[in-house]
Amino acid sequence: MSTTRNYRRSSRGNDFKYDFLLNFAVGGLLIIGTLLVYAGTRDWFKSSGLDPEYYLKRHTLNILIGALLAYGTTLIDYRLLRAYTPIVWAAAVLGLIIVLIPGLGSEVNGSKAWISLPGGFQLQPAELAKIAIIVGIAMILSDRDQVDKDPSDLDILKVLALSAVPVLLIVLQPDLGTVLIISASILAMIGASGAKPRWVVGLLLLAAAGGFVAVQSGVVNDYQVARLQSFVDPTSDPRATGYQLRQSRITIGSGGFFGKGLFNGPQTNGRFVPEQQTDFIFTVAGEEIGFLGCSVILGLFTLFFIRAFYICNRSRDLFGRLVSIGVIAWFAFQTFENIGMAMGLMPMTGVPLPFLSYGGSSMFANLIGVGLLHNIHSRSH
Amino acid sequence: MSQRSRLSLIIFQSLVFSLLFALFGRLFYLQILASDQYQDAAISIQSRDIVTPAVRGAITDINGLPMVVDLPGLVVSIDRSTLDKQPDKGLLVLVRTANLFNLQYSDIYQRTRLCGELPKNNRAGCWNGTRYQPIPLVGGASQDLALKIMENADLYPGIEVQSVPIRSYPSLEGENVAHVLGYVGSVTDEDLKNQEEVFYRNEVVGKTGIESVYNKYLRGIPGVRTVLVNRKEVVTKQSKNIKAIAGNNLITNIDAKLQAGAERALEGAVKRARASGYKGDSGAAVVLEIKTGRVLAMASYPTYDPAIWQKGLTVKQAEDLFSEEKGVPALSRPLQGLFAPASTFKSISVLAAANAGYSLDATYNCPASVLVGSRVFNNFDSKAAGRLSLEKGIAISCDSLWYQIAYDEWVRDGGLKPKTNTKDYFFNAANAFGIGKITGIDLPTELSGRLPNRQWKQSWYEQNKDFYCNYKQRAQKKDLTPYLIEIARENCIDGNKLRAGDAVNFSIGQGDTLVTPLRLAEIYAAIANNGTYYKPQVARAVVDVDGKVVKEFKPVLAETVKAEQSTWDFLHRALRSVVTGGTATGSFSGFPVAVSGKTGTAQVFGKNPNGSAKDDTSWFASYGPTENPQYAVVMMVSQGGFGASTSGVGVRDIYATLFGVVGNKVDPTKAVFPNGVPTTIAKVDLKRAASEVDLTGIKVGGVKLK
Repeated sequence: MSTTRNYRRSSRGNDFKYDFLLNFAVGGLLIIGTLLVYAGTRDWFKSSGLDPEYYLKRHTLNILIGALLAYGTTLIDYRLLRAYTPIVWAAAVLGLIIVLIPGLGSEVNGSKAWISLPGGFQLQPAELAKIAIIVGIAMILSDRDQVDKDPSDLDILKVLALSAVPVLLIVLQPDLGTVLIISASILAMIGASGAKPRWVVGLLLLAAAGGFVAVQSGVVNDYQVARLQSFVDPTSDPRATGYQLRQSRITIGSGGFFGKGLFNGPQTNGRFVPEQQTDFIFTVAGEEIGFLGCSVILGLFTLFFIRAFYICNRSRDLFGRLVSIGVIAWFAFQTFENIGMAMGLMPMTGVPLPFLSYGGSSMFANLIGVGLLHNIHSRSH
Repeated sequence: MSQRSRLSLIIFQSLVFSLLFALFGRLFYLQILASDQYQDAAISIQSRDIVTPAVRGAITDINGLPMVVDLPGLVVSIDRSTLDKQPDKGLLVLVRTANLFNLQYSDIYQRTRLCGELPKNNRAGCWNGTRYQPIPLVGGASQDLALKIMENADLYPGIEVQSVPIRSYPSLEGENVAHVLGYVGSVTDEDLKNQEEVFYRNEVVGKTGIESVYNKYLRGIPGVRTVLVNRKEVVTKQSKNIKAIAGNNLITNIDAKLQAGAERALEGAVKRARASGYKGDSGAAVVLEIKTGRVLAMASYPTYDPAIWQKGLTVKQAEDLFSEEKGVPALSRPLQGLFAPASTFKSISVLAAANAGYSLDATYNCPASVLVGSRVFNNFDSKAAGRLSLEKGIAISCDSLWYQIAYDEWVRDGGLKPKTNTKDYFFNAANAFGIGKITGIDLPTELSGRLPNRQWKQSWYEQNKDFYCNYKQRAQKKDLTPYLIEIARENCIDGNKLRAGDAVNFSIGQGDTLVTPLRLAEIYAAIANNGTYYKPQVARAVVDVDGKVVKEFKPVLAETVKAEQSTWDFLHRALRSVVTGGTATGSFSGFPVAVSGKTGTAQVFGKNPNGSAKDDTSWFASYGPTENPQYAVVMMVSQGGFGASTSGVGVRDIYATLFGVVGNKVDPTKAVFPNGVPTTIAKVDLKRAASEVDLTGIKVGGVKLK
């Protein structure tokens, strides 16, 4: 395979190839998500005397901005992304530092993760850091003289050094969920790069030890410990996190096969599950569109991953393959963590459900991720 | 792509799809397999039942005159769940409330604790409901004080004021009836667990007395409004609204005027006893209609104000109800007081003697004492009365003639070596009159009394054998006197045997025999009615708010004691002689209505809490009028001294009310039943209760009052 030929052909033009099925899956999830965000907020806002379409409008706007960003991502040849990577990385780190400065960052649910912007918008640098880290790692691991050779220990150390800075900054927020998702992506990419298995095993052990130290030393806040405890023993804190998890499970379970109908879920309309337009969006689906609707959601995710792996496997170079693996690991782990949490399979961490949850930064990051996949796809033809 | 990298990719792919599969599996479990369970859970999260207790039915006397009725009143209650959320656990709020209502803080504190929160020995007045139930603190609060709480809600978090129906006792004839009516209280956890009847948290239920026995009629059907709420408990939708249906009214056989008279007579008897130097700690009076078993009046002394339960019982009041010093006012003496019947039992002995073949017309010797085995049994007052007719023997209450008869019969039955088919005339007669059995009155916790026959002796022995046979090890040091050791030795050897002394004591109603005043009233009703007696009943009928009869309680035949008519005739003569020329003559001198009866003065072995020896139990058991008997009247005063002077006079007072005796004349217009006990079911007249309390425009018992 000759890289040069493809390189030339890939300059942006009318011949850009989108993967239709990938777009179909993402588009379907976005439409369902929009309906669910609306269903989860309409009655609540109406009864509070506010604009019932407030969240619907904001969510749609987020999707449009995200789509533009995704389109922007497809404009640049992904191999040229290497050039932009240091800038994106530096911007992400800067953002992560800003959120930690009192007065600039705003705290929600005990986590300093947001930068307030004019117009009521908030930016969550950790979401963009995901992309910076994925692209950065792919760059290091693929930037080798001999592509067929497995990465050296030095390469791995470089990867770890590059990731350590933003990850530690996110730990300080603290945003455990994002740390776990990024760690999953790093691990997947190192594993797929062909690094020695001891690195993968070693890093898993390190993550376990790190988690233990974090809990012991108090880096992890009490509320996060409480969340984990309430997962292990839901009665330990019945009014707070245990309450949320129980409510969440009941809400999904009560949907049954057909669900109560969109906008008709009494649990949803009574707002018994907190954060139901963001982290607990899946409970709205569970109650209102039931097993049937939720199966469609899981089906669309499955289709998304099938196409993403297809793109990954067809990628002509290691860089493209590693980026797509990083993106897949990110989406897969975040989806599993979010839906698993809502159904009581996973402990509670505040991560949004890709493509469905309300939230600007995460929507932008998700769609940029999709843009990257398209970019890789288009350039593999 | 290296081999290792390809392999990791495959592992990674399978991992991602496994995670998706796990999610799908969990989804299937939650929404298909366990969906029913979660749907139920969701409904209990979203819906709230708001229960409006039904207006509880009234309890009236035999003429439809209300003795208990629900009247609207202000209730101040405490919500523990709100109180506990205060930084000081509600201390300040409780202090403020105590000051406002002039109550003791310690009192309120105690009453707002769940019983489980308090040490076992200090639970008087504790709350036996749950933390999430409002705990009523003050019933019938004044408007002014209630308004102070409502206007300063921020100073009184967790304190609620509500207008609710309050059980009220109008006492239109001055009657108390506390022990018959019983009282209502908040539902307990046991009530909530009741499988047959569904109770709600904020309901009241009958706890004892008529209120408890006929709770299902009086209660009505609570209204339930089911609403859907959101997380902030804001009602979003009403899904169901069932209106409360008022409870039915209960008409009793009690006549309020007679009841008040009986209560006054009993109190007078107790005071007379005390004036004569007796302790007079408690007493009971019962009036039955002989031919139906209807309980026309039933008084217990000491008593209490039935309204204290509704006004909010203070800790002191709760303690007093069960305090020995105050005579345990909570006890209903007519059903729960157990005493030896003493000479009132001789009527039964007459029957036993007649059955054993003794002539009732013969004369008998009444010596000062009789030697039974090695023990001397003295006549009452140890005086000899010479040879006399049995009728005279009953009239003056000779004991010693019975000693001889009972002893002879005991010997005939084999003495200490009983025959296989003992005749046991005395035990059998007592058994026929129901001694040792409950009467089955429609009131809870009636005690059965005791018939100390051979079987009882045997079971007593089996229970106590170990103690007496190992007396020196088991007994307390102070009880190790030579006399008691000797008694223990005897009890160990043949404690299961009926001894001569037991038989002799039994014939005069002493020894181990115990009856309740109600049972004795039944016995005298049976004698008056030639052996036939009816189950005593308080309830007459259940009627709905429109006056329609829902259930009528007809007389229930209890038993018929078999005896020759000549025996009954003899008893009627003898019991009249008691009043005309016997122990009760003084008590009834100049009384214009002929009545018959028997005095009883029972010796009591035992000590009062202060260490003094117990005084005699004073009894008078009677029926009247002598010709065509209608009523059986019994009075008992515990530690009241002589039967005649204490209880005999008391019974005379009751008859005076009953027949309308003024001075030494009968004034038929003043009689309780000028035309006999009503045979028809009365109309409930709540207006008379309403006229005592201003109830203009307020619904009572489902009837709007004008």
